[in-house]
Amino acid sequence: METLWFWLVSVMLAIYAVMDGFDFGAGILHPFVARTDAERRQVLGAIGPWWDGNEVWLLAAGGSLFLAFPKVLAAGFSGFYLALFMVIWTLIMRGVSIEFRSHLPDGMWRSFWDRAFNVASLLLPVLLGAALGNVLRGVPVDDTGYFNIPLFTDFGTGNPVGILDWYTVLVALFVLVTIANHGALFLAWKTDGPVHERARRFAWPLSLLTAVLGGLATLITATVNPDIYANLPHAPLAWLGMLMFLTGLALVFWGLFHNQDRLAFVGSAAFILGLLAASAACLFPVMLKSTLDPAWSLTAHNAAVSPHGLRTGLKWWAFGFPIAVAYFVMLFRLHRGKVKAAGDSEGY
Amino acid sequence: MSDLVFWHRLQFGFTAAYHYLFPQLTMGLALFIVLFKLLARRTRDERYQDAARFWIRIFGVNFAVGVVTGIPMEFQFGTNWAQFSSRTGEIIGQTLAMEGMFAFFLESTFLGVLLWGEKRFGRQIHDLAALALFVGSWLSGYFIIATNAFMQHPVGHRIALDGTYQIASFLSFLLNPWALAQYAHNMIASVVTASFVVTAVGAFYTLRGAHREQATLYLKTGVVVGLVASLLVAFPTGDWQAKLVAKHQPVTLAAMEGRWSSGPWAEINLIGQPDVLNRRLDNPLPVPGVLSFLAHGSFDSNVRGLDEFPAEQWPTNIELLYYSFHIMVGLGTIFIALLGLAAFLLWRRRLARTRWMLWLLTLAFPFPYIANTAGWMTAEMGRQPWLIYGLLRTRDGASHLVHDGQTVFTSLGFAGIYVVLGFLFVFLIMHEVAHGPVFAGPATGGHKE
Repeated sequence: METLWFWLVSVMLAIYAVMDGFDFGAGILHPFVARTDAERRQVLGAIGPWWDGNEVWLLAAGGSLFLAFPKVLAAGFSGFYLALFMVIWTLIMRGVSIEFRSHLPDGMWRSFWDRAFNVASLLLPVLLGAALGNVLRGVPVDDTGYFNIPLFTDFGTGNPVGILDWYTVLVALFVLVTIANHGALFLAWKTDGPVHERARRFAWPLSLLTAVLGGLATLITATVNPDIYANLPHAPLAWLGMLMFLTGLALVFWGLFHNQDRLAFVGSAAFILGLLAASAACLFPVMLKSTLDPAWSLTAHNAAVSPHGLRTGLKWWAFGFPIAVAYFVMLFRLHRGKVKAAGDSEGY
Repeated sequence: MSDLVFWHRLQFGFTAAYHYLFPQLTMGLALFIVLFKLLARRTRDERYQDAARFWIRIFGVNFAVGVVTGIPMEFQFGTNWAQFSSRTGEIIGQTLAMEGMFAFFLESTFLGVLLWGEKRFGRQIHDLAALALFVGSWLSGYFIIATNAFMQHPVGHRIALDGTYQIASFLSFLLNPWALAQYAHNMIASVVTASFVVTAVGAFYTLRGAHREQATLYLKTGVVVGLVASLLVAFPTGDWQAKLVAKHQPVTLAAMEGRWSSGPWAEINLIGQPDVLNRRLDNPLPVPGVLSFLAHGSFDSNVRGLDEFPAEQWPTNIELLYYSFHIMVGLGTIFIALLGLAAFLLWRRRLARTRWMLWLLTLAFPFPYIANTAGWMTAEMGRQPWLIYGLLRTRDGASHLVHDGQTVFTSLGFAGIYVVLGFLFVFLIMHEVAHGPVFAGPATGGHKE
């Protein structure tokens, strides 16, 4: 039951990364692929129906973590206290910039919110990427099951560890590039005209950079947290995840080469899903690794609530998850086809 | 600060109070939008369609701020109240996760359709989206209230040997009688807020002689719905809630009323200042028997005073609790009187010409916000010194490794961001109201270019 919930939470977080990832990516490239107001609204129109729902995956995943592994939520959230408030503030700035921008037809008003949207979209993958780096490296969980980590120490991966060190910054950079590429492929698929052309032009170098940084980060993780690779032989799901992200990467290039934009985007989604699945499989059952003493790590076994609590949650989850997926399928059908450069007065 | 949880409480209280300024209008306005949509379907009168369109625009701005200020609330359980979250996740994690799964996904899916999709997807789907936002926002409210009700009146749980809270009966947790009463009271209070806002815009336009058709419509629906809701807030929902407090939190009731000693014919004090140090109420203006009646249903029943309880069980800020309760009840009473008079003028067909009443209605809209905030302050400060009433003290629930240097920093950050956000919100709403319910053709989404 704990294993099941470990995977439910992981899957929801991975869906979050894929879904909010493309609208973050669109935000990162916003000033570069869209030059005129009509083009900027075209980009916003492409992510407009999605971004709010995408963000709900974060809240739903967080809620599931809360009900299944409250010790992990409590330790992680209070441990990353300051960094999490930066995430929250950036989420606020981003949400407001998308929703407020088009309410006034004023050039200064709009260029201000465009910039805010761009900066927030850029910061979030960096912050969340650094968080992923911290989970992979480990945090100083003590014998009470809590920690409070500084933003930085000496930028080395040994104790005392900080949120930012050379390794977590590398992971953050990798995540930023991956997400930017994911956004570029989304825009290439869902827009037409000049925005489509420019997004495709960005996708080539970004895809190459994703592959290079991905390889580098994977290799270096072996030196930072050797346990991860020690798990590999006993983790069939990790192999499945690896197969998935390698296939995804191949699809990205194949799709780009053959002008199959949708296929390239699907490849990018598979790449992100596979990568996170492989990471989760290698970490399992550890959820927050202690850098102080492996015995103090928070795992799916020692951090889970009672089996009855997990079963109770599963009952409504099995009902709610398909509904949530159905909403997204419905949205997808409502918004099928490409988003045109804004000539229409309706929309973002 | 010597008080370990002071900044945790201040930050959570501030962000929660600020956040709730928005959902209360979202939830109430969702009902109005559905109402206008229903009237439009029945009468095929375009006026109702235009009314729905106008309020959807206000709703959109309001909803966006509600969403972004809601995100910190979800996070703060873990960041600021780690020990509480760690112990109670099995229980309150359920409702918080259900809110995401059942309410937020529904709302976020249909929000875009409601705001921008009338022309694109047609009226049927647009009406459906309005209904979805109503259902989603009211469901969301229930999950939050059920969570809060567990903290006010814990049921359906058992406490394990390691001090964690486990689910004993999921249904009794979910259908906590406290949650049902609080939900009814709270949701109707949100309708009061929306009624006052709708009425205020109607009165404002009438005073200016602008958008006459729409103004009359807003005035009429706002006053009628508002009067019904104001009455329901007091009775039966407020009464139901008061009886639960009397039964399960008698010390809170005593503090709410500044009542030091027990006795029959307990009075409600219309005014007066609690002097906690000397255990008395200065300058009281009492109405005997009313508190006895509210608490137990008869005028001569005994209501216990604070003296009966050890001081360590007293709410920690009796003064503010006392004023919050009195402000809520006082304003609630004034709302009934004001809207009752407005409804009378409406019935006599004099409302649109009675300028002093239109002025009052224009200026009255901030007060339901104050009443709602005061109501929540009563609930939350009345719960003190407990995080889970009678079981877990607030000071034992905070994140013990997060120090004041961190909480003061983030509290100041929130103060800054929320001031800016508040100005932007007011500016945009003023812009929408100034533009008014003017739509070119069938719903182009208004004046966006």
